[in-house]
Amino acid sequence: MHIVDGALSLPVVAGGAVVAAGGVALGLRSLTMEKIPAAGVLSATFFVASLIHVPIGPSSVHLIMNGLAGLVLGWAAFPALFIGLLLQAVFFGFGGLTVLGVNTLNIALPAVIVYYLCRRGIAARSPAVAAGWGALGGGLAIALTTLLVAFALALSGDEYIPAAKLVFFAHVPVMAVEAALTGAAVLLAHRVKPELFDALSEAEKEATS
Amino acid sequence: MGHVLKTRAQSAIQTETLALPRAEEETETPIGGFDPRARILAVVTFALAVVVLSDLAALVVALCASLLAMVLANLPPAPTLRRMAMMDSFIIFMLMLLPFTVPGDPIVTIFGYPASWQGLIRAVEIALKANAIVLMLLSLVGTMDAITIGRALYRLKAPEPLVHLMMFTVRYIDVLVREYRTLRTAMKARGFRPSNSRHTWKSFGYLVGMMLVRSLERSERILAAMKCRGFTGTIPLIDDLAWRRRDFGLGLATLSLLSGLAVIEVLRAPL
Repeated sequence: MHIVDGALSLPVVAGGAVVAAGGVALGLRSLTMEKIPAAGVLSATFFVASLIHVPIGPSSVHLIMNGLAGLVLGWAAFPALFIGLLLQAVFFGFGGLTVLGVNTLNIALPAVIVYYLCRRGIAARSPAVAAGWGALGGGLAIALTTLLVAFALALSGDEYIPAAKLVFFAHVPVMAVEAALTGAAVLLAHRVKPELFDALSEAEKEATS
Repeated sequence: MGHVLKTRAQSAIQTETLALPRAEEETETPIGGFDPRARILAVVTFALAVVVLSDLAALVVALCASLLAMVLANLPPAPTLRRMAMMDSFIIFMLMLLPFTVPGDPIVTIFGYPASWQGLIRAVEIALKANAIVLMLLSLVGTMDAITIGRALYRLKAPEPLVHLMMFTVRYIDVLVREYRTLRTAMKARGFRPSNSRHTWKSFGYLVGMMLVRSLERSERILAAMKCRGFTGTIPLIDDLAWRRRDFGLGLATLSLLSGLAVIEVLRAPL
């Protein structure tokens, strides 16, 4: 899912960097010093989760879990996922440096979209309904991410369009796996610690109530 | 007992690949002597310059510079290059498609689809750029302690909350990898074996959910402990970075490398 340096056209790289910087700035604004420990520990959790490999068919995929990250972190998903990608690039050599903006946008924007679409659903009283919304969010986030990756490639040149289609269809099973996992994770959190999903938006809730 | 020991050994191997590499600050290597800020700035300018190059000879020189940086940083060549090959395996399919999708002079026809020179050159170009930049990044910045990177970014005017968030993330990755291992061991002890099944997906979902729940509880304890020690809302950062003459040397070396690349690019451009 990572795009590497040199593959995209320069306007796409620059545009991605500018929009991602805006998203990170918005995410940081919501993070008061009191919330940074929670955001940092959750961001580390998502980093570790992205190293878990789940079997799928004869092969295995690593998790992205950006839908769940959006549900838990809200706008803070932007800086949190940016840091994850930065660390992966610096220490593991995944992705690249100039494409960091595009890669952040591709993963964090779907997280924020899922946050707005599904946060009411996962607060439902019935655990099954909440898990269903969680699964929807998890699958949708991956679908949107692959669409954004495909879009970035297609914008960079017509010669990438077959590769862009391939990326999308190759990720359909990943969408199913992430949906199932996110649904299960939401189900567990719903039972054990429902306040997980308001940990970072408490101030917001107090303001509205 | 023997079984337990074996799983321990196996999980030790697993964590080795999971955890962030413990990069010691090696001031004794030629690269380690430079200021972290100088190293970050050098990589960023190198990356920005390399992505705009298009001449293959210039890109080969850039890759050689990265290989030189790898040697100067005392990085073990075999694992480092293996890591790069892993990145290449992710993009290989995209690169293999390019000769067939870029129009141009055909070299060979496979199953009725012509592959073009132009497409092949484009694929080689991307592979050279991606590898040169990643290898330079691993050599100059990947050899630093993650905390040092945070401090350097702070001095380079990165937003303070972002730096703090990064410090927390880095600090807790190690802790959470250990937690992940504990939970996986518990799952294994109950006979869990990953396969293609609903049960596997549900179990992994519960695993991630459980890690999040425990993490949030941990963060509550961290905040309480910080407050108890007089936390007032700001975290002081160790700030002992100072420019030295050799750092300007690194800047000069980077600039001359980039000018050299620009000269090759211009000289070899078709007039």
